[in-house]
Amino acid sequence: MGYKAKFRVWRGEGGEGRLEDFTVEVNEGEVVLDIIHRLQATQAPDLAVRWNCKAGKCGSCSMEINGKPRLGCMTRMSTFAEDETITVTPMRTFPVIKDLVTDVSFNYAKAREIPSFTPPADVQPGEYRMQQIDVERSQEFRKCIECFMCNNVCHVIRDHEENKPAFAGPRFLMRIAELDMHPYDVADRKDAAQEEHGLGFCNITKCCTEVCPEHIKITDNALIPMKERVVDRKYDPLVWLGDKIFRRSRTTKN
Amino acid sequence: MEIERHEYDVVVIGAGGAGLRAAIEARQQGKRTAIVCKSLFGKAHTVMAEGGAAAAMGNVNSDDNWMVHFRDTMRGGKFLNNWRMAELHAKEAPDRVWELEAWGALFDRTKDGKISQRNFGGHEYPRLAHVGDRTGLEMIRTLQQRVVALQQEDEKLHGDPEAYIKVFQECTITRLLKTGDKAAGGAGRAGGVISGAFGYWRENGKLILFDAPAVVLATGGIGKSYVVTSNSWEYTGDGHALALLAGAKLINMEFIQFHPTGMVWPPSVRGILVTESVRGDGGVLRNSEGRRFMFDYIPDVFKDKYATTEEEADRWYTDQANNRRPPELLPRDEVARAINAEVKAGRGSPQGGVYLDVSTRLPAAEIVRRLPSMHHQFKELADVDITAEPMQVGPTCHYIMGGVEVDADTGAASVPGLFAAGEVSGGMHGSNRLGGNSLSDLLVFGRRAGAGASAYVDGLKARPVVSEESVTAARAEALAPLERSGENPYEVHQELQRTMNDLVGIIRKAEEITEALESVGKLRERAKGVGAPGGRIYNPGWHLALDLRNMLLVSECVARAALLREESRGGHTRDDFPGMSPEWRRKLLVCGASPDGSEVTVEERTQPAMRDDLIRLFDRAELKKYITEEELADFDALVKE
Repeated sequence: MGYKAKFRVWRGEGGEGRLEDFTVEVNEGEVVLDIIHRLQATQAPDLAVRWNCKAGKCGSCSMEINGKPRLGCMTRMSTFAEDETITVTPMRTFPVIKDLVTDVSFNYAKAREIPSFTPPADVQPGEYRMQQIDVERSQEFRKCIECFMCNNVCHVIRDHEENKPAFAGPRFLMRIAELDMHPYDVADRKDAAQEEHGLGFCNITKCCTEVCPEHIKITDNALIPMKERVVDRKYDPLVWLGDKIFRRSRTTKN
Repeated sequence: MEIERHEYDVVVIGAGGAGLRAAIEARQQGKRTAIVCKSLFGKAHTVMAEGGAAAAMGNVNSDDNWMVHFRDTMRGGKFLNNWRMAELHAKEAPDRVWELEAWGALFDRTKDGKISQRNFGGHEYPRLAHVGDRTGLEMIRTLQQRVVALQQEDEKLHGDPEAYIKVFQECTITRLLKTGDKAAGGAGRAGGVISGAFGYWRENGKLILFDAPAVVLATGGIGKSYVVTSNSWEYTGDGHALALLAGAKLINMEFIQFHPTGMVWPPSVRGILVTESVRGDGGVLRNSEGRRFMFDYIPDVFKDKYATTEEEADRWYTDQANNRRPPELLPRDEVARAINAEVKAGRGSPQGGVYLDVSTRLPAAEIVRRLPSMHHQFKELADVDITAEPMQVGPTCHYIMGGVEVDADTGAASVPGLFAAGEVSGGMHGSNRLGGNSLSDLLVFGRRAGAGASAYVDGLKARPVVSEESVTAARAEALAPLERSGENPYEVHQELQRTMNDLVGIIRKAEEITEALESVGKLRERAKGVGAPGGRIYNPGWHLALDLRNMLLVSECVARAALLREESRGGHTRDDFPGMSPEWRRKLLVCGASPDGSEVTVEERTQPAMRDDLIRLFDRAELKKYITEEELADFDALVKE
């Protein structure tokens, strides 16, 4: 097959830029990232784009394709009509470094604000015993490839720079849920989730879930249960006490 | 222009499994540690590893232990492995996996709550700790989060999270810097010692210099010198080339693993990996005639270990004690060659591969549970539902067994202050790596290299000082492509990839390798003239122009060593020398280069004999297939004692 496609790609750096038009060859089975690479190789050698694995496993090539956050490597050209102009822009929530590459340091800063996995002091490596069913909930969240598209699409920060300091974003609220559901994590994460990491900002519009390339049910399985745990904690002392006792009995058995 | 300057005890280049584990170790030993990586933190190629980490924990079959793992590793590598590395690896892998669990990793579980282990090619027992088919991602994330945990500790202690371990992401090292040994208080060894590393920030093109007495290379492999590869853009042989240019040696460069199952269609994803777990979990290979052709390709050395009928092979999945393994689970080199031969014989699939079918072997729900990312990958990229139809697969350049020659215990290269771990180091896997032995290799030798570098720093009387001349030269080299208006580097790169793919690929012969060497020589000339239009800010053309030096240098090593080794073994198959030779087993080919990289030399060196207690782990009948009469006589004498 093979045809010429019309592309509009955002080019620019240092806070300035514009959409640039290209006409570029497309072959059977190709994805948007292939076309960006063809542009680099034939028309714009300095066109900046991040990518690594080209198989949807590393989460590097996040971009907005016709306004939707997508991985360039997982967006097949066959999903567009041949006469359609395809517009490719960088993620909007993060400052642009150049062309399609954005400064995602916000995410790394937030990652460092979440207290790390905290196992009980008396369990040695090799002694961990967990049932598959108990690890599966957190495993779902650990499928995350850190493409940061959930944070990019989240309306709490997408057009509200002022919320960034107080909001970890879906990615890292999910990380808190992941640790909270880890069978061996003994840290208390509920108050901090609400008070320090901005769980309360989330009003469960599920935009994050919709864009997740790993199809993680971020809202339903991480954020809503986390919200429920926070509420339980706040209003039910018995639940809190039971939780404490349950944890103690579990961590002493081997 | 100002060069940004930092002082560290240990600089780790690469943030995959080996690099992160090395950095964690150095920091845990109190060293100020920098991690420098070309991509964002957490994106390293390790995330692509699917199957698992091999470690003889014996959770699924209690007969497993380090000795069985050691034997499997040596067999897989056709006895060319550095046996001390294979020994350390087999002994220490379980502790390294358990350690990950204590840092928050969540592996799949057995019924009694331990880490589950899966079957894999060449491993006698179920041995691979795994998380579905995304084990590499779990490992990277766990190590990344361990680094963050250490930074949080440092913030509490020192008020600065980056006081002792800092990540320099999207930063490329272009030269290792050396200083005369005497100036560093050494004994005056020839060639000097490591004093730092020089590079640039990809993001803004600014230059950066690290003053550091120890550098750990953990840069992965060289796959980007080939067209069909499972490797990402980062795999340009940087560490291999940096080591060569600094005066270190590379061994086993002729051995490249072509993973038997890469995607073959659509063209844009050609080469992307299809995990071996598909076969470990029951998937079978068929040709266009529907035949399970692997039964026709069991080599003599493995005859008694593999099933000869489909019935026996199928029984093995449920009863491993009384049946032999299916031949689909032969080591990777055997399976890749078999697929290659079937396609050449005209029994391939329409798109030039063979069929890998799991759809008729497991219930759909079970396939989705065990192989979620494969299901996802084929559905999204190829419109193929692997629960309902077979995949088409073919060999893809996946891993280089060769790399920096290192001391097994410390990861030290021959240049003082230089260390290497993971794919960039050589020896551990011999002529062919077993699946699952990479992730465990990264952990075991990442830790050892981090410890080795720390001990080296502790032993220094004075820190070597970076010389201004070396910085001036490195600076000029890095900026040169921006100042030229020559050929587009992409064209040179594409030609190199075609050359290596076609002429030094899975099946090799003297004329073709010679042709490749001529062509690489010409490409090296052309590469000197490539130019990169545009500025310094995130300019991929410039970056590629610099990476070309490394790919060309490493490709020359691969081709030169491949031409010299006149036998077929593991990841090196010579059409003109099809047999495996016991004489050649004793020889390592050692590559070196002149400091400007203009000349590559290859020398033969004798492989040290295996330690007595280790060789005694093998049967005479098996050894006989690999070693010379002379070595066999030594073995007989040893056993008699």
